[in-house]
Amino acid sequence: MSYERPTIRHPDAKKNSLGYTRKEYEGSISTLCAGCGHDSITHALITACFEMNLEPHRIVKLSGIGCSSKTPAYFLGRSHGFNSVHGRMPSVATGANMANRELVYIGVSGDGDTASIGMGQFAHVVRRNLDMVYVVMNNGCYGLTKGQDSATADRGSKTKKGRPVSLESIDLCEMAIQLGAGFVGRGFSGDKKQVVEMLKAAVAHKGLAFLDIISPCVSFNNVPTSTKSYAWVRAHEEAALPFDFIPCCREITVDYPQGSVLPVTLHDGSVINLYKQDDLMEITSRSAAMDALEQAKTEHRILTGILYLNPEQPDTHALLETVTTPLNTMGREELCPGNAELQRINDAFR
Amino acid sequence: MKIQRVNDFVVRFANVNGSGSASANDLFARVLYRLGVPISPKNIFPSNIQGLPTWFEVRVSEDNYLGRRGGVDFMVAVNGQTMKQDYAMVLPGGYFLYDSTRPLSEEYQRSDITLIAIPLTELCNHEFSSPNLRRLLKNIIYIGALTALLDIDLKAVTDSIIRQFRKKPKLAKPNIRALEIGYTYAVKHHSDSCALVVRPSAAVGDRILLDGNTAAGLGALFAGATVVGWYPITPSTSVIETFERFAERYRVDRKSGRKKYAVIQAEDEQAAIGIAIGAGWNGARAFTATSGPGISLMTEFLGLAYFAEIPIVLINVQRCGPSTGMPTRTQQADLLASAYASHGDTRNVLLFPSDPHECFSMTADAFDLADRLQTPVIVMSDLDLGMNSHLCDPLNWDDDRQYDRGKVMSAEDLDDIKKPWGRYLDIDGDGICYRTLPGTHPQKGAYVTRGTSHNEYAAYTEESQAYERGMNRILAKWETARSCVPCPEITLRDKNSKLGALYYGSTSRAALEAFDQLADKDILVNDIRILAYPFQKEVFDFIQQHDLVFVIEQNRDAQMKILLSGECQVAPGKLESVTNFNGLPITATMITNRIHTTLLNRSRELVPTTRAGGGTK
Repeated sequence: MSYERPTIRHPDAKKNSLGYTRKEYEGSISTLCAGCGHDSITHALITACFEMNLEPHRIVKLSGIGCSSKTPAYFLGRSHGFNSVHGRMPSVATGANMANRELVYIGVSGDGDTASIGMGQFAHVVRRNLDMVYVVMNNGCYGLTKGQDSATADRGSKTKKGRPVSLESIDLCEMAIQLGAGFVGRGFSGDKKQVVEMLKAAVAHKGLAFLDIISPCVSFNNVPTSTKSYAWVRAHEEAALPFDFIPCCREITVDYPQGSVLPVTLHDGSVINLYKQDDLMEITSRSAAMDALEQAKTEHRILTGILYLNPEQPDTHALLETVTTPLNTMGREELCPGNAELQRINDAFR
Repeated sequence: MKIQRVNDFVVRFANVNGSGSASANDLFARVLYRLGVPISPKNIFPSNIQGLPTWFEVRVSEDNYLGRRGGVDFMVAVNGQTMKQDYAMVLPGGYFLYDSTRPLSEEYQRSDITLIAIPLTELCNHEFSSPNLRRLLKNIIYIGALTALLDIDLKAVTDSIIRQFRKKPKLAKPNIRALEIGYTYAVKHHSDSCALVVRPSAAVGDRILLDGNTAAGLGALFAGATVVGWYPITPSTSVIETFERFAERYRVDRKSGRKKYAVIQAEDEQAAIGIAIGAGWNGARAFTATSGPGISLMTEFLGLAYFAEIPIVLINVQRCGPSTGMPTRTQQADLLASAYASHGDTRNVLLFPSDPHECFSMTADAFDLADRLQTPVIVMSDLDLGMNSHLCDPLNWDDDRQYDRGKVMSAEDLDDIKKPWGRYLDIDGDGICYRTLPGTHPQKGAYVTRGTSHNEYAAYTEESQAYERGMNRILAKWETARSCVPCPEITLRDKNSKLGALYYGSTSRAALEAFDQLADKDILVNDIRILAYPFQKEVFDFIQQHDLVFVIEQNRDAQMKILLSGECQVAPGKLESVTNFNGLPITATMITNRIHTTLLNRSRELVPTTRAGGGTK
């Protein structure tokens, strides 16, 4: 059941530049368990879209199946959504994006939906570099079927059932980097500020922006022995590289010490300012990013933040050389060659 | 006694796959076509790129019987691997052309056929030195020999070669040389060997020679498809390749050089149809094409498109199943898998083209139907129809035709309506609701599309009544579909005949020939050709009006019969199956014999026994 939210709001609620309050970005009330990390991510999505002044109806939210994939009902009630089939959100997103390149596509998936049943579609949507934000709400378990281990559960980590995970885990960020994603980040649902900033940067990025957000499952995977629990992540999280996201057209007012900041300009003119730190990873190098992730893993640290960035990769439309006009707006005049041409075609078969 | 016929025989070529024989054999077929002689070429090929046996059969029929005939009058045997079986296959009185560079062994002892020895390899190697040219031109030498043997005008063949190589004129020369070598040799050594003759004719008329996949690809292009998701699979691949080839010609913006279409080769068939569904949902005309295993993989998504009511077109070029089956052989065995694709209660609209002309028109119509009905529409082609060339009427497009995009709300529509809009509200009572596209209106018309149960306002619900209402409303839409899809074609040969026959798709030509054969024996069969599923009342009336209805189809389990029985009350024993599932197109003789045998058996059943001790006392 998706319960409706009460419509009464504080009369002085803050408005964005479109004149919208947060209410215009909210959805139905969540039916997930109280304390679920996914709800925090949902809130972060609302905040990011609100603060970025995105027109809600110009956003499309898509998902597969699972707890995570239910969330599109809980944010952006004025956006079209598509809750598709298990593990197949990326192909639906691909088709939708091909039909209309002018909208913002946000895909929400889970660790089961992406790292198991949807691994193939995940890999190939990354390879296609579809212009979308791909969020994995990663809790290391199958919540909706009551707590089975997922493919991202760390080996040796123990869930509520107490049995250590015997299989190697899949690191979706490493995979995304290897498969050529131009924007890869990892977050923690408990660190909303970072998640919001990362989401904004991901929306501004042209091409596929992949975000793996660790999101504890309070019902089945929040015991201290689990590496996807609130306690464990809080104790082991480490920001890979601090950054600021400065949206397009906003004046940069903060002064940074000379040479300490690496600005990366995104396709829409937004800027990500990366604070350089000597001992930390080099964000624009695939191999350095992979090394940093592997190193952190051996030291039982979780690196969060933007892990890899390359804003120059051509997206699917650029690769296919499609027209800039959305294909779904074209009619017979633009698409049908007409009978005279068909008669010429007939002649080739005589 | 030699078979002596004019414009009425079957030539079969036995080749090795990957030896360049296909284009030579196709040249032969096209020359006959251009001489105005009706032909029906069939490529019987292996699932292999190089080295395995492959056959090409050309039926020549002045009377326009263009189904497969069966039997071989003239065999061109250039594959040592299959020589023995090819030899055995020639009908008594027929002809056997072989490469006599190596003599035939003693096993080849038939006295009832005419041997035509042509030293193809020797002639070829004597003239050409390049190994690659030798391989290809050996085929043209036997075409040259055939030209002489069948008394075909040599100029008609050279003209076709020149036309074939008009973009690479250098290649025409050695081809024509090879042709002449074969021709001259046959004239010199076999001038009176063959009594099969090709005579120029007017029987082809205005028809074109085209394969169904090319036609389907063109149909999608003309219908305005812009998004394609696909995964390569025989025999459907050329549907997409054709679409792309013609889109490159007609759909590139002159100014920017950018494309007004997006073709995505996906990672698998699930993604292929997922892409089509995403695009269909977002208002583009989208399609995919697949076969056998691809249909199995797509079923989950088909259920989603059925239940969430998303328009997509799927071209199903059927092949032999189950599982990988015989990937390069033909069947109509995906009927039930397509009609009821997906778990739960689902029914999908099917169209049954019977020739390339209909592959074109029905594919184009499928887009209108899908948009109108907001549901998947599956065009049921098959390997024979899709990959073999068929004579058919020229393709035609009505320039006044508008695309029917169905019930899609604009921003103005959303502002104008008085009551709240609901995605699954049946306003018009036809079971079809109004949909909106993402990005249409800042405040109105947004909803979450889902494969989970939903109420009239697209909200998730587990309320039984709401679920039932939705499922029943989709059933009401099915009734609307019945009135939108093409009606069956009925031919009454005898108003009073109690015998009927029902057929669909690629069996049509063999079926019509069979009805003529039966009529020659004074068995008048009325027939009905099914063009679409859901079936209309005319189909059920036809069955009611006849005591016995033969259902002709190409699968083991009589899937059309099952589908008919599931849709209407049919008295037991009323439908009699005529099936062929050997992977080769059904022949008229098979149908005729089967109907004849059934009638004989049935009449025997009625005759009281006269044996001693039998009967009732």
